[in-house]
Amino acid sequence: MGGTDGFGPVVVERAEPVFHADWERRVFGMVLGRVAAGLAGTDAFRFAIERMDPRHYLAATYYERWMTALATMLVEAGRVSADELARRAGSFPLSRAADEVRIPEQERVGGEPRFRIGSAVVVRNEHPFGHTRCPRYVRGKRGTVVRADGLFRLPDVVAHVRRPCDEPAYGVRFAARELWGHGAEDGVAVHVDLWESYLDPA
Amino acid sequence: MTKRRDPKPGKDRHGHDHDDGGGGHHPAPETEVEIRARALEGLLREKGLIDESFIDSVVSAYENDIGPMNGARVVARAWVDREYRKRLLADATAAVAELGFGGPQGEHLVAVENTPTVHNVVVCTLCSCYPWPVLGLPPTWYKSAAYRSRVVREPRALLREMGLPLPDDVEIRVWDSSAEIRYLVLPERPAGSDGLGEEDLAKLVTRDAMIGTARP
Repeated sequence: MGGTDGFGPVVVERAEPVFHADWERRVFGMVLGRVAAGLAGTDAFRFAIERMDPRHYLAATYYERWMTALATMLVEAGRVSADELARRAGSFPLSRAADEVRIPEQERVGGEPRFRIGSAVVVRNEHPFGHTRCPRYVRGKRGTVVRADGLFRLPDVVAHVRRPCDEPAYGVRFAARELWGHGAEDGVAVHVDLWESYLDPA
Repeated sequence: MTKRRDPKPGKDRHGHDHDDGGGGHHPAPETEVEIRARALEGLLREKGLIDESFIDSVVSAYENDIGPMNGARVVARAWVDREYRKRLLADATAAVAELGFGGPQGEHLVAVENTPTVHNVVVCTLCSCYPWPVLGLPPTWYKSAAYRSRVVREPRALLREMGLPLPDDVEIRVWDSSAEIRYLVLPERPAGSDGLGEEDLAKLVTRDAMIGTARP
């Protein structure tokens, strides 16, 4: 969503409650609790949200997205059926099937970081079918490593399959001008946290 | 598909409806989303997949115990204790744990320090990642498309719009929580707070100051 135009002002609710309705509490508790136990992890959950129909995603509130992803994962795990849900609720829109996914091959798993603080990097311009945590607005852009954070499981793999997929992750600094061109604000840097698979030496 | 949105967000705080089909006590007709949530929960309950005590305890924890008052204690400690401040900036996860805070979405914390020439602001453009153990659950605006899309593109204009105009010579550093790190902004200690103790200082630290859209 980074950099997309047209969403208007940020509306801040004063003295906002943690939850706005009781169903939000129930959905939050179900996702954090045993209902979700045994389902795939956080990355698969995020991918289930990303698979929502884009029109539904944009119109839905935060916890409606959680509920849709939870229901989708429960259906995909065979714990409930889409028919059962639809019969009870009248209609129950779920996320789209994950049938276009191609799981990337990592060049290596584990190991020492290839980059260090100060390394110049360029983000690979990849557009995977599947989950990724590489924001679109930095693809193809040049930046500088500001932190090496150690090994983390690559979301592009772990969202889809359980296999070892740890690799180094980094904090990378981008000048606003690099991201947004001549219209960029002065004196702004944007930092994005990226896995090594997303990066090449610049 | 027509879709009705909750007409009064924030007003609907009726109690749990544990037996499906009741609902006569509802003050307003249920929205489509409420109907779906009740359907999902009812189905899961029949299958023995709902753990009531867990749901109640985790909801209560995030409504009562886990929130920005925790982060405020961390910031206040860093303002009065130079050594703690160093530890916080070197390893925020460990420094936050010293005060007893930790848990989901706080496994890998980084504190970023505001100075007279640098202002930090945090976002998650991909979803709504947020440092739960120190700030609690994120406010709606943090999760909104408007904030997520704009703060990386025009942070200076957006912060001004949100009530925080920054001088041109203050560098703005935006932190997009796109991987496993969760960020906490360490604001500058307000001028004129010299006489205050740690507890009173913590009262000055707002949630938005620790996200970076305000100053204490």
